[in-house]
Amino acid sequence: MRFPYSETVLEHFRHPRNVGKIENPDGKATEGSPACGDMVAVYIKVDPKTNTIADIKFESYGCASNIATGSIITELAKGKTLDEAKNISWKEASEALGGLPKLKVHCSVLAVEGLRSAIQNYEERHGLVKEQKPTTVEVVRQRLKKVINPLTGLNVVRTNLVKDIEIKDGTVRVLVDVPQDHQFAHAIKEDITERIEPLWDVKKLVVEFTE
Amino acid sequence: MLGRVVYLDNAAATRLDERVLEAVRPYFFDTYAVATSEFGYSQGIEAREALDGAREAIASALGAAPEEFIFTSGSTESSNIALKGVALALDKKKDKHIIVSKIEDFPVLHSSQALEKQGFQVTYLDVDGDGFVDLDKLRDSMTNETILVSIQHANQEIGTIQDIEGIGHICREKGVLFHTDATHTFPWVPLDVKRIPVDLVTVSAHTIHGPKGIGGLYIRQGTQIAKWVDGGFQEFNLRAGLENIAGAVGFAKAVELITPEETKRLQEMRDRLIDRILAEIPNSTLNGHRWRRLPQNANITFHFVEGESMTLHLDMRGFAVSTGSACFSRSLEGSHVIFGIGGDHERTHGSIRFTFGRYNTMEDVDAVVQALAEIVKELRSISPLGKNREKEEG
Repeated sequence: MRFPYSETVLEHFRHPRNVGKIENPDGKATEGSPACGDMVAVYIKVDPKTNTIADIKFESYGCASNIATGSIITELAKGKTLDEAKNISWKEASEALGGLPKLKVHCSVLAVEGLRSAIQNYEERHGLVKEQKPTTVEVVRQRLKKVINPLTGLNVVRTNLVKDIEIKDGTVRVLVDVPQDHQFAHAIKEDITERIEPLWDVKKLVVEFTE
Repeated sequence: MLGRVVYLDNAAATRLDERVLEAVRPYFFDTYAVATSEFGYSQGIEAREALDGAREAIASALGAAPEEFIFTSGSTESSNIALKGVALALDKKKDKHIIVSKIEDFPVLHSSQALEKQGFQVTYLDVDGDGFVDLDKLRDSMTNETILVSIQHANQEIGTIQDIEGIGHICREKGVLFHTDATHTFPWVPLDVKRIPVDLVTVSAHTIHGPKGIGGLYIRQGTQIAKWVDGGFQEFNLRAGLENIAGAVGFAKAVELITPEETKRLQEMRDRLIDRILAEIPNSTLNGHRWRRLPQNANITFHFVEGESMTLHLDMRGFAVSTGSACFSRSLEGSHVIFGIGGDHERTHGSIRFTFGRYNTMEDVDAVVQALAEIVKELRSISPLGKNREKEEG
């Protein structure tokens, strides 16, 4: 049989590690939603003496690459300090899995995000983060680097698809350089919405496409 | 596991029947000439006779005259010719309005969108929770400018069979042409153009154990339709291109091999699959109508799990199915059909389509239900969704 995934991905898909929920976790986060096609929840227990991840578990509603990345990320993070774990990149996870198909990058980024958000959640709960910063064009740009163009497997900022970002009175306007009827226009729009709408001071998001 | 592949994606493509292969073989090696007129050379005349014979057989299965049926490269082309050909023929006389249902397959949907770009108005009719078009809504959406209604015979994903007779009568009453995409019904579900007021019917061989790359379009005598593929004068000067005689012969043979007994057998497999899954796998929902559906189609959502994961697990165990999940599709969009019947993202992503064919058995049904029960349970155990479900699952 021929599968589009590496042996390692399939192995983690078949037998995901550290699956489940931690009761009373020190930090937890859910990334994605059924709307974006994938969802991942990450739970951590932190050893306050060493500031390391003592235990980590994940749950996934998603495709094979989402499940496999969730699995590998828990393996990579376990025992690491919070700062080390925060810096685990999608690339490291992907390499540990023996690569992922371009089309599936966006599903796997979620798991990496989930880990970071769970750590952030721990830091927020323990008073380890500063005040909320207002949303600027730069903040939006950084967030859009998480939106993957399914055609290339690269983010939409890097591939110059984001033509313009405008912020006015809580309304964020993003101009994307693909035609409205492009095969992936809808998927890209939903992904952008997922990233930008949750920002605390964003009231409205408008995604526009070029002709 | 059965130790062999259980193929349950027969709506997408089917295994060729050996008898079809035998029927077409001579047209590759012996009678490979172009179909000539009756004043051509012997091999060309034989080719012409084979083509005419195939045309007559398929037309008669639809209750049509041979001159009312043209061969095409498949249902995509047939639907393109129907929509664009009618639009091109009629747009000068009237002001351009077309009605289609929201859950049509891509050839009709995307042809409509292409026509919109040319200035046509298109109404995309809503369907109800089972996928049915409301006849009153259809009547209400017609205007003096309406030139064509295109509503499928049965849905490609959820199998719901429309009341095309009722739709046809409304179109006839209003003097509007009616096209139906019968790719998934012909000839399993009878469609007699003598009884049903339909003007254009798309059919194809790829769903009935015939060859790929051959389909056809019924065009009622007198229907105004412009030539869409230009070239020679083939197919009554409506569709140019060297005739695919082997394909046509194979298509006719495939039609001939379908019997009411087979339809009944497919329906029994479908019913056993639906009944067992709904009874044995909690939180599963049937998509489409329970009875007014294709005999070979079942489509079920398994809540709290995502379709690509299910299909990959099934594939690893030797089962081929398809899903409405965005992860499975080329556009990363969930099925427009499940959304169309009011489903949310979760219902769409967790939907699996099972379509049976000639080479499936009851043993396949039981094996896939068994495999699914295990896979769904496993994937739910790692899913963050639907955590209150434990109660129901015990």
